[in-house]
Amino acid sequence: MSIQATHISKTFGDYRALQNVSLTVPDGRLVSLLGPSGSGKTTLLRILAGLEYPDPDALGRVLFHGEDVTDLAPGKRGVGFVFQHYALFRHMTVEKNISFGLRSLPRSKRPSHDEIRKRVNNLLELVQLDGLNARYPSELSGGQRQRVALARALAVEPRVLLLDEPFGALDAKVRKDLRRWLRTFQEEIKITTIFVTHDQEEALELADEVVVMNNARIEQVGSPQEVYDNPKSPFVIEFLGNVNRFRAGDSNHPPPEAGVLYVRPHDVEIQPSGTTPHQHAIAAKVLHIFSAGNFARVALERIGTHEHFEAEVPRERLRELALEQGHTVAATFRHIRLFEKNGFSEDTNLLAP
Amino acid sequence: MASIVSRTRSFVPPKSFRTITESAPMRWTLTTIALGFLSLFLLMPLIAVFYEAFKKGVHLYLATFSDPYAIDAIRLTLTVTAISVPLNLLFGLAAAWAITKFTFRGKSLLVTVLDLPFAVSPVIAGLIFVLIFSTTHGWLAEPLKAWDLRIIFALPGIALATIFITLPFIARELIPVMQAQGRDEELAALTLGAGGWRTFFHVTLPNVKWGLFYGVILCNARAMGEFGAVAVVSGNIKGKTTTMPLYIETLYMEYQTVSAFSLATILSLLALATLLLKNFIEWRSAKSARH
Repeated sequence: MSIQATHISKTFGDYRALQNVSLTVPDGRLVSLLGPSGSGKTTLLRILAGLEYPDPDALGRVLFHGEDVTDLAPGKRGVGFVFQHYALFRHMTVEKNISFGLRSLPRSKRPSHDEIRKRVNNLLELVQLDGLNARYPSELSGGQRQRVALARALAVEPRVLLLDEPFGALDAKVRKDLRRWLRTFQEEIKITTIFVTHDQEEALELADEVVVMNNARIEQVGSPQEVYDNPKSPFVIEFLGNVNRFRAGDSNHPPPEAGVLYVRPHDVEIQPSGTTPHQHAIAAKVLHIFSAGNFARVALERIGTHEHFEAEVPRERLRELALEQGHTVAATFRHIRLFEKNGFSEDTNLLAP
Repeated sequence: MASIVSRTRSFVPPKSFRTITESAPMRWTLTTIALGFLSLFLLMPLIAVFYEAFKKGVHLYLATFSDPYAIDAIRLTLTVTAISVPLNLLFGLAAAWAITKFTFRGKSLLVTVLDLPFAVSPVIAGLIFVLIFSTTHGWLAEPLKAWDLRIIFALPGIALATIFITLPFIARELIPVMQAQGRDEELAALTLGAGGWRTFFHVTLPNVKWGLFYGVILCNARAMGEFGAVAVVSGNIKGKTTTMPLYIETLYMEYQTVSAFSLATILSLLALATLLLKNFIEWRSAKSARH
């Protein structure tokens, strides 16, 4: 089912959480609301769920499959909501937790006891927790609780699944596993899903579409590749992965209204300074080498301007170069983006040596 | 007895008695002082009550309870408790709910006023009700006379005074528990289609049941033991408006020491039962917190 939010604004007292935000999510998509804390992403999710209402004076509407649900109570919208800290009913067993929604149905729509039990078992199988029916939430690990919360949300057969920081409270290893699991799971059951995260890696890996939010507004919407490769604003390029910033133009004579240059660390190439350098190479001093992992990160300082930047270098290349702290090297950039008043442009001739 | 209002329920006993912060003599001194005070001011009086009650034999002790005035006093105390505790339960839940789950104008005022009965002397509390409801000089004297209603020197006045004195007990116990729990479980119930009542009875109430129970037994103990405020509004008419604590005082003033202490044993036992229940609840709620 498609979700549409139009002109949503939300203020809490003097605080603007959302400012005229519009968003369309096509049916069956897995969409991520990505942004730093305070960007309004959770508020938007809660408004979609009906846990908050948009400001009444604004024109904000929420449509599910074209149907206006703005004034509908959360229980009547057909949303499954998974809370950041799961919000499992602590005094109920896993089985009672999952069946709570079914048991809350009016008598005429409520399935029989056997039917409910069967549904619970199917759901437990789906989230790979078979046999844990009688456990209490406190007897489960974080990852298991997360999946119980998911099963509980799915039990009422929602039309939309909304997840608030679904992996936020888990440790790194479990988080990765559960992320992949959710991806395949969503592909299987094809339910329109929106999740909130502040972790760009999570958003890029998991979502079909990323909605980057900042300061109560949507900055950019697009596929992970699109937002990563064609960021529309400095915020997006800085929020999605590491990036180096340089002032445009000659450092001593910056042109009026000079923009900012952005280079991803993996677009920085390091040459020994003695070799014939690229015409736009800049001289830099090696400050530090962090060499854990496949790629080593080399912290550099541009000679002359003292701008700090970082390069990602494969381990073999690092060995070839025999880099050490204090060495002077020549850095070239494979890809540079210039941000000026009117947006981004790409030009490799912008960085005066 | 009912002044044992413990506000620090989260005390966790240390796993061992070895500490690195205080020296042994220091620990011994502090422990001795604490235990000394405890025996002097709590244990000794308790023993004294039972000693005096049974001093002249079990027979005389039991005789107290066939005194019709004593029976009336016990009955009145139970009636007043049966009225005030449920009403405070209702108020406590409503107030704790409103304070922890909503933001509204006058919230901080409500929180402050909630503590008023702790701050005001019970005698003053009683006098306020006399000032309002007395049929001779109260503010509402005329309408009360016109409707032929008696509040002061009658059951309604005693109940009112007791409700006033015990007002904070349940709300005060519930507020921290409800605050710690937050709203997420209730919101989750809401998204799962549960209505307000279902959410309350199946999600909210089970989560606060031990805090609620604790508040109720404290409230109950105080309701039964209240003296000052009730003394002012009751008029102390034997067999009519004399509650247990008032009758104990009357007996004592009339040099019927054995009877006075015999009746006092009931309140003392109530205190002991309250403490036992309190410990049981703390043990249970600690267990369910681990859950």
